[in-house]
Amino acid sequence: MTALGALIRRDLLIAIRAGGGALIGVLFFLTVVVLIPFAIGPDLPLLKRIGPSILWLGAMLASLLTLERLFTADQDDGSLDLLIMSRTPLELTCVAKALAHWIASGLPLVVATPLFGLLLNLEPKESLTVALTLLVGTPALTLTGMIGAALAVTLRRGGLLLAVLVLPLSIPVLIFGVAASNAAALEPSSFGTPFSILCAITLTTLVIGPVAAAASLREGLD
Amino acid sequence: MALIDLANPTRFLALTARLLPWLIGVTALLMLAGLQQAYMAPDDYQQGATVKIMFVHVPNAWLSMFVWIVMTAAALGTLVWRHPLADVAAKAAAPLGAAFTFVALVTGSLWGRPTWGTYWEWDARMTSVLILFLMYLGLIALWRAVEDPSRAARAAAILTLVGAINIPIIKFSVDWWNTLHQPASLIRSGGAAIHPTILIPLLIMALAFSLLFLTLHLAAMRNEILRRRVRTLQMMQAAGRA
Repeated sequence: MTALGALIRRDLLIAIRAGGGALIGVLFFLTVVVLIPFAIGPDLPLLKRIGPSILWLGAMLASLLTLERLFTADQDDGSLDLLIMSRTPLELTCVAKALAHWIASGLPLVVATPLFGLLLNLEPKESLTVALTLLVGTPALTLTGMIGAALAVTLRRGGLLLAVLVLPLSIPVLIFGVAASNAAALEPSSFGTPFSILCAITLTTLVIGPVAAAASLREGLD
Repeated sequence: MALIDLANPTRFLALTARLLPWLIGVTALLMLAGLQQAYMAPDDYQQGATVKIMFVHVPNAWLSMFVWIVMTAAALGTLVWRHPLADVAAKAAAPLGAAFTFVALVTGSLWGRPTWGTYWEWDARMTSVLILFLMYLGLIALWRAVEDPSRAARAAAILTLVGAINIPIIKFSVDWWNTLHQPASLIRSGGAAIHPTILIPLLIMALAFSLLFLTLHLAAMRNEILRRRVRTLQMMQAAGRA
């Protein structure tokens, strides 16, 4: 357990100290949110209607942006080989890395969401609902993306391929995240169903993601 | 143990060399018979002759999913048994699956124009087939991105298995998404069972297309084996010269 704790601590320290990784994701999220009104016009009722969807899309793209670093940095300095060879099961190592990555880059997106909701003319309650769905949904994005990151770690042009592989797999998360956010705004009674399914998807990816990522790391690097 | 025997690529090549001409002949005959039957089939009382697109569309749509199942079996063969032909089978199947999915999408789109009045509708089924097509393309991109064939095979096998788990989830969520957002105006009610005059040509066409897949798959596997031999020979030659 201490090994995993040390790994999480190390990844968080790297994320905080090196290059402001978390803030770049949030900055990208903000840029996407700012770009949308330029594309569709400063129509406040329209922005209010599609606001939750914009926030979800922005957060999804931003979490995709930081995914590539999940394994490549470790690959570059050789620590990935040590992680694979260590006595800790690689699946648990992957969970720890995903957790650290989510705290460093997913959680800031969730925290920034209520603020960005103001730009899209959302009521505070709606923004908070979107933040809640993102809080549950972004771990699923990280865990699904981890599979792609593990597959792409040994490739030269991993970045674009990562997006192509990961985005179709994230469609269920997007569907239920946006559905739950919209349901909260339109008819609060039907919020529970999509939100529960979103939680279920996150839990499912918690099982599939680390196992598949660990398998592809083992297969890819030997 | 036929599968073990087939693990020897030379034996596989010899067997398929004998098998393929027959397969090609049977496939061509069945395809001709199916097309003739489809041509003779009565027009639909509502859709007219456009209903005949179905004889191409439905077999391709079936195969689009069937090929992923074949690749999943091959992926298990690669990861669990390290069967040397499994990764060849998986690699050869991916472009075929993408092609069948593409034909299903295009014929569906051409069918949708006269009957629904639009080339594309975000109908749940069409959407999930489109996502399946994207996943095929992603898989092919992964095959091409890794140079070492056996490593590419293992990476692709993992993605295939993840896809096999995810495709039902995606299908379910797309169904949910569509029924939530728009009324079921396009999804036709069950209706009566298909009349034999249409069902029989459809089954013949489905069999013909399945055999077409088998034929193309075996031929593509042969090509892949030969391509790898050529690659190995070139590497040996280059090493000898150096």
